[in-house]
Amino acid sequence: MSGPAVLVVGAGPAGLTAARELARRGVGPVLVVEREAEAGGVPRHCDHTGFGLQDLRRSLTGPAYARLLVRRAEEAGATVAVSTTVAEVCDGAATLVGPGGIEVVRPRAVLLATGARERPRPARLVPGDRPAGVFTTGQLQQWVRRGLPVGRRAVVVGAEHVSYSAVLTLRHAGVRTVAMVTDLPRHQSLAGFAALTRWGLRVPLRTSARVVGLHGHGRLETVEVRDLTTGAVERLAADTVVFSADWVPDHDLARRAGVGLDPSTLGPRTDARGRTSVPGVLAAGNLVHPGETAGMAALAGRDVARRLVATWATAAGDPVAPASGLAVTVSGPLASVTPALVDPADPPERLLLRTDAFGTGRTVVATQDGVELGRHRLRHATPGRALRVPGAVVAGADPGGGPLGLTLA
Amino acid sequence: MTVTERAADGVVDVVVVGAGVVGCAIARRLAGDGARVVLVDRAGDVGAGTSKANTAILHTGFDTVPGSLESQLVARGHELLSAYAAEAGIAVDRTGALLVAWDDEQEAALPGLAAKAEANGYTEAVLVDAAEVRRREPHLGPAARAGLLVPGEWAIDPWSVSLAFATEAVAAGAGLRLDTPVTGVVPGGDGLEVCTPDAVIRTRWLVNAAGLGADLVDRMLGRDDFTVVPRRGQLLVFDKAARRLLTHILLPVPTERSKGVLVSPTTWGNVLLGPTAEDLEDRTDTATTADGTADLLAAGRRILPLLVDEEVTAAYAGLRAATGRRDYCIRSHPDLHYVTVGGIRSTGLTASPAIAEHVAGLLAEAGAQWSGDPVATAVPSMPPLGESQLRPMRDPVRIAADPEYGRALCHCEQVSRGEVRDACAAPLPPGGLEGLRRRTRAMNGRCQGFYCGAEVVALLVELTGADPAALTAVPR
Repeated sequence: MSGPAVLVVGAGPAGLTAARELARRGVGPVLVVEREAEAGGVPRHCDHTGFGLQDLRRSLTGPAYARLLVRRAEEAGATVAVSTTVAEVCDGAATLVGPGGIEVVRPRAVLLATGARERPRPARLVPGDRPAGVFTTGQLQQWVRRGLPVGRRAVVVGAEHVSYSAVLTLRHAGVRTVAMVTDLPRHQSLAGFAALTRWGLRVPLRTSARVVGLHGHGRLETVEVRDLTTGAVERLAADTVVFSADWVPDHDLARRAGVGLDPSTLGPRTDARGRTSVPGVLAAGNLVHPGETAGMAALAGRDVARRLVATWATAAGDPVAPASGLAVTVSGPLASVTPALVDPADPPERLLLRTDAFGTGRTVVATQDGVELGRHRLRHATPGRALRVPGAVVAGADPGGGPLGLTLA
Repeated sequence: MTVTERAADGVVDVVVVGAGVVGCAIARRLAGDGARVVLVDRAGDVGAGTSKANTAILHTGFDTVPGSLESQLVARGHELLSAYAAEAGIAVDRTGALLVAWDDEQEAALPGLAAKAEANGYTEAVLVDAAEVRRREPHLGPAARAGLLVPGEWAIDPWSVSLAFATEAVAAGAGLRLDTPVTGVVPGGDGLEVCTPDAVIRTRWLVNAAGLGADLVDRMLGRDDFTVVPRRGQLLVFDKAARRLLTHILLPVPTERSKGVLVSPTTWGNVLLGPTAEDLEDRTDTATTADGTADLLAAGRRILPLLVDEEVTAAYAGLRAATGRRDYCIRSHPDLHYVTVGGIRSTGLTASPAIAEHVAGLLAEAGAQWSGDPVATAVPSMPPLGESQLRPMRDPVRIAADPEYGRALCHCEQVSRGEVRDACAAPLPPGGLEGLRRRTRAMNGRCQGFYCGAEVVALLVELTGADPAALTAVPR
């Protein structure tokens, strides 16, 4: 297909859901390009259930959810092209590379939905040897799905949802997890997962501890774990280590397109409409807020698509102008917020926050120029997990006023 | 593992011990001269020791010791290797280097370095003031106060050099025995017997290019010319996003001990920071350390402050074969039918073809004669791995001819399935994942296999029939 009105980059939950919305609401031809040979994104590799709860109100396995999202996008009229890499986005043109050749398209809007990945060992600066047996959860899941051999004894770095998922994947592959290790004083997942893993699967959780060295020639042999409280270092015998969570947006294409990043998320700095600093380039999903669930990424794609459609053919607000609005800042234990720019007259459906620390208050307070705008009580304030606040909390802001501030009290 | 062998029954002309870049260069040269050559290495791939973990610079030799053999061979090697790389399609980025002085003492040392460059026959070095340094490298740290520009220092793809030399040697008939440690050398008949676990190789001449093990091989011949002290150099490779931060190779003003910590663009589009210099006892300790990482980051923050904000894509350490001498230690022992090539430091990549030329001369002087006539060897055509080259996924002609070049496998490094297939079908295919990484860049990117790791392994298994458990050394 040549000449899409909207090019969506990435056929994961955000991209596919956005494409469905765009196609069914008639913005013109919608092309979703996916660099992998199969569309669906990260859920394709996650065999557990629970996908679709937030966006589709049903619970599916990852692969079934991925297939359904592809089907829904295609039924709505979007074209999904796999094995197609976007080499660059520059001056409104996108260069597509695939087995069929190299093609340049000039859509009215490019929606980047390239997702996020787990930070691998080198980027975490874990020293030691460079043996085989070092994974991220994403790599491990694909490894096991392909029936490749893993090992016998593993250490899992992290204690978030995905870390517990890694333990289950390892167990499925016949690998015993000898420890989970987290910097933080306790796990960041659901109490049920944690208890089942700790007591049911007998996987010890080492809190306030850090993996500080990997050793082994050829294959991993020992994992050095330091107790951050006492400083004591213990060497655990393990042939496998899984670095889980610590999500980083796959922002390479965005950066090369000149899109400005938010220093706290490393994702594109967007407004509620998904617009970025570059005209015609939008972003949605875990590229913007890494580490959210597939369902949240899907909802984010849907919302950006709906807003794009709403302004597509109107004179009111250029859908592809650079992002605009009041800057939203965080303080205290809060680490980041998306979107980074908010229009009080048209607030986002929700603000997504991240916190760094346990043991703080759970009430999000929004202020502008020292005046409280609103507050919202969270069910929890767990580091590494999504904190969702209704966008209405900032709806009363003065469009001509100062930046919006969010903190926990 | 024997890759290829030409009529190796009976006696060969030369055994070259060590298939690093120097050994490969020597094997290529001698095979072209008509010698029946066997190249042996204890590792499972060529260039898998010191040659794989260096700073990837094509040096001019401007700061070598004037009048030294190293000075002569690096200058000659620069000429030979640049021509060879151009012919073989090995990536070279002509970035030039900028030595940056950060304090009074270093600034005062720059004119001496410029004079040293002249004494080494390198006439293009230019002293530049702080404003010019800043103009050329606006992202440098605030303390930069003067510089020496060395336009002939370039970034090169080091892995393809060993591979190209070995490929050419093998095409010219050289035998290549990998996974083959030399366990002993004994005088026998008209030459030497080289003992390996699988076989005794009878040879007329022996060339010792064993790098970190060169002194051990030397002892087997009853010599004691030098002692190798492994000097570990840790390096950090930064994300390609950092490449915009610099234009030149940023060199420190060298000290007695080491060239110091440099920041260099790589031909793959990354930025390299390192090396540390740590003298060790253990000849196998290529581990990185927390202290080494911290030291490098501190140095990087001083040199190029924005660099350390970018993600680290890879961290590794190489061992250089330091000998405590200020020059290469290349000795001919005609009575022993033996040439030793020791103490080849970080300049060895550049010097390798010149070292080969030099060694060929020493062997001729010693009276060596080869059993064959010189053969015209063909320079292999290496795959375009450099960012400055036309990569297959950006080449519409190649994709049109073969769609596999448009089918992405490794997304971070933009490696197609076609390239991995080609590497596996090459005369020297990868023996494992590390070899595949060096040949194609697959899995060398920022995600380190998050996206493609399993697929790369599955493809390698499909193409080569390798045992997946063996590829990743899975314990039984």
